[in-house]
Amino acid sequence: MSENKVRIATCSLAGCFGCHMSLLDIDERLFGLIELVEFDRSPLTDIKRCGPCDIGIVEGGVCNAENVHVLKEFRKNCKVLVAIGACAINGGVPAMRNNIDLWDCFQEVYCYEGGLECGQIPNDPELPLPFDKVHPISEVVKVDYFLPGCPPSGDAIWKFLTDLLNGREPKLDYEMLHFD
Amino acid sequence: MSKTITIDGLAVPFQEGQTIMDAALASGVYIPHLCHNPEFKPHGSCKLCTVNVNGRNVASCTMPAVEGQQVLSDIAELNADRLALTQMLFVEGNHLCPACEKTGNCQLQAVAYYLGMMSPHYNHFYPQREADASHPDVMLDRNRCIYCELCVRASREVDGKNVFGLSGRGIKTLLVVNSASGLLGDTDLAVTDKAAHVCPTGAILIKRHGYAVPIGQRVFDHITIKDVQTGGGDE
Repeated sequence: MSENKVRIATCSLAGCFGCHMSLLDIDERLFGLIELVEFDRSPLTDIKRCGPCDIGIVEGGVCNAENVHVLKEFRKNCKVLVAIGACAINGGVPAMRNNIDLWDCFQEVYCYEGGLECGQIPNDPELPLPFDKVHPISEVVKVDYFLPGCPPSGDAIWKFLTDLLNGREPKLDYEMLHFD
Repeated sequence: MSKTITIDGLAVPFQEGQTIMDAALASGVYIPHLCHNPEFKPHGSCKLCTVNVNGRNVASCTMPAVEGQQVLSDIAELNADRLALTQMLFVEGNHLCPACEKTGNCQLQAVAYYLGMMSPHYNHFYPQREADASHPDVMLDRNRCIYCELCVRASREVDGKNVFGLSGRGIKTLLVVNSASGLLGDTDLAVTDKAAHVCPTGAILIKRHGYAVPIGQRVFDHITIKDVQTGGGDE
């Protein structure tokens, strides 16, 4: 582990991993990026717990108790916390269930014909407690920067990260800023 | 000889009876707005078009232009207020852009882009609002309504029908329709009515036209709302 490299952690909460896929979309620039940074907890490293980091990047909103636990661990360990993507910023598509009763939602998914679990709602104690609403991460922890998009493009992520790594206030061109 | 006002140091001509917004738009000067549409009587509700006239903040869509007015609009203080108002509109409704048919062509979204909105900032209300799919050709999704009353004005002033109206006050304000059942399908709204096409967000949508234009080719994918509404190009 290099002492000089910026340490980054990433995670996905209530999201689809699309923002992480978009991170990979920065393509060959990843080789340049890896000269500057190293990854702590991330789906890219499969490290399970977040250690002390410079930048934490969080995709997805907060929909259950485990999300809160992970998010608080990130906030505690990361000097700068970035909310990436619509779900982390305003709940995104998962928040479409906010106007539906949670029990009705589970029944629709698991119990009705064509459901996932043949009429049984999963009830293992290891499953995290679901919340009745999906929340943006800023409603749980302080967030330093927001990078909108569903997902933000690889170019937007690259611009944002390189601004941040070079000590500039991140700024997106018009065509890089979108909410969808 | 035409009369003039000054907007951000630029001399802008106007004719008697025009508002500051009228004069600005006619001269290609953009003042952010959502509830204003030059085709309809001003409403003055969204307050995004607030400008400073001779030291006093006023809604430019309702304030008559008067010879010699010194107007400040594109200044940091007012743009910060506009950003806060736009963020409030986002959290007071359920604006989930990735799942909305209007995305890319939505004026609320475009104003947010123009103002550099990176997040809604405030805690979300997640209000319970009803969608109404009872009309055969028009979908009403109150989750996205910003109460600009453009549909109300279009229905009244152009269509002559009074299909839409606002009911209640403050956070309990609700877009209602004029039928005994309260359903859009039981009104005399026609898909060809102006009111069905004037919504700046995705609250009123024409059915069977969703996502017709690919991402990258939609109105605000490359062009700011400022350039769309003033006919300007890249600066």
